[in-house]
Amino acid sequence: MTCYEAFQAYALRSLGIGERLLPRGEISVCEQVVLIGSGMIWNVYFGALALLSGFFLATAVALGKNAASPWLRKPSEWFVFIFRGSPLFIQFFLAYFLFLSLKQQSGVFDPLTTAAAGALVVLFLNTAAYSGEIFYGALRTVPRGDLEAADAYGLSGWVKFRRITWPTMLRLGWPSYTNEAIFLFHATTLVFFSGFPARQQRGDALFYASYFADRTFNPFVPYPIVAGYFIILTLIVIGIFGLVNRRLNRHLAEGQRSRLRIRPQILR
Amino acid sequence: MFTYCEDPSALDTARWLSCYLTTGVHMRFYASFGTVLLLLAITAPVALAFGFLGAMASRSQLFPIRMIGKSYTSMVRGIPDIAFFLFFVIALDQALEWLRHQALCPDWTEPIRQGANFLVCADAKLPLSTAPQTVHEIYNFFLAIFTFAIVFGAFAANVLYGAMMAVPREQMETAEAYGMTRSQAFWRVMVPQMWIYALPGLSNLWMILIKATPLLFLLGVEDIVYWARELGGSKTPQFTDYPHPDWRLWYFLFLLVFYLLMTKASEVVLKRLTMRLSHGQATMGGEAMRRA
Repeated sequence: MTCYEAFQAYALRSLGIGERLLPRGEISVCEQVVLIGSGMIWNVYFGALALLSGFFLATAVALGKNAASPWLRKPSEWFVFIFRGSPLFIQFFLAYFLFLSLKQQSGVFDPLTTAAAGALVVLFLNTAAYSGEIFYGALRTVPRGDLEAADAYGLSGWVKFRRITWPTMLRLGWPSYTNEAIFLFHATTLVFFSGFPARQQRGDALFYASYFADRTFNPFVPYPIVAGYFIILTLIVIGIFGLVNRRLNRHLAEGQRSRLRIRPQILR
Repeated sequence: MFTYCEDPSALDTARWLSCYLTTGVHMRFYASFGTVLLLLAITAPVALAFGFLGAMASRSQLFPIRMIGKSYTSMVRGIPDIAFFLFFVIALDQALEWLRHQALCPDWTEPIRQGANFLVCADAKLPLSTAPQTVHEIYNFFLAIFTFAIVFGAFAANVLYGAMMAVPREQMETAEAYGMTRSQAFWRVMVPQMWIYALPGLSNLWMILIKATPLLFLLGVEDIVYWARELGGSKTPQFTDYPHPDWRLWYFLFLLVFYLLMTKASEVVLKRLTMRLSHGQATMGGEAMRRA
């Protein structure tokens, strides 16, 4: 099979389009590169959607944790503690079995037992907790002078939040949030190892890589391919978040801008 | 376990549960919590040692050593750690078998990689195919520990490198002014002072390590995740005295609570440790304590 044929057959294999059977026997490097790349579609899907949706819940959680009323504060604190204090791997398992038993109660929960929906829900809640904590930390460090200036200008309530508090919070939390985004994408590789079934072997990048490593008994080809893909993905994430960072910092003098610094910190 | 457990089907709920939760397989489930704690106890110091070596290498004056250190510390930044876990377990196994193969079977002429196979002579197999099951399990467990140590060593190297850099420059300059050599200054001035700067990062790392322990399951060790899946699955009366429907949800809920408790306990201990180490330090924490 030539590389072009491999691309035609397997480029969208992870979505169920194209050749159904996975390669057997002699597996060429081309096939591995194409199939693992096809699996990356899932990693991007999980990561991007969870980040987008988690962002809003994270803001709400940060505000809730910062609220004076215990009715808002306590649930937010527990939410953050439960999702940050336990391994994502266990959360996936727990959620999967929870959805399975819900499915027996009612057909409404049927889609949740698939990875595409169920795992996304877990990742959404998980990233909301981690980013919520980041935003909460940032919210606590919003300079008092900024808020006083807003008061002096007669801004209050929603307008003050929308135009002063929230952008400043984002600006202060953005470097850590970039980190969170990178490691969320890395965490998506856990999905298909944790109970959620890969129907007809439509899995993510690491799923295919471990399939190849088992089949060829040679880990030195598929895992470096995954590594390469993820380095590219990480660079893209840093690029996009860097653009946002520039926009958030655009009113500041050159020396005061916060730089993005990538620190490895998270394996959940 | 108890004498009344002879005929479980005739028992009331409380007694049934007390029998069910003390069966032989449940004892192995409880023992696997020991496996997890053992992993933590061995991995943490080994990873710290790896991290220390990595951080030292990144500060080396020799270019090749510095490059090795730098690439070790930066390897975890762009690539999912789970990929490393899956990779190292096979790669280490194959590397060990290959080394033994070279040493034990010098007159073997066939290639080791034949298509989709990795063939070494029977003497070089690790563990030997004649070895009992427990040896296989122990070998797997140690492969897993080593893998954890490599990956977390890279994280720790990052933290320790940052901590070494954070020791005030004046301290090192003073050491030089006293005529200490580079290594003397490193061991007598930098190392004793770096820990307080490393502590926040290391505490974070410890939390991450705790949360990484369920990945043992992926490395083929019979850990708590394995047993929770095994025991929780629905059981029919043909195969067991204790039939029950699918209880995996409850088993995993139990694991979740276990991890939450571990996290909470660690938080408390680490907070105390930070307090202790901050005493008399030229940091904000130390200063705050002095005034109090």
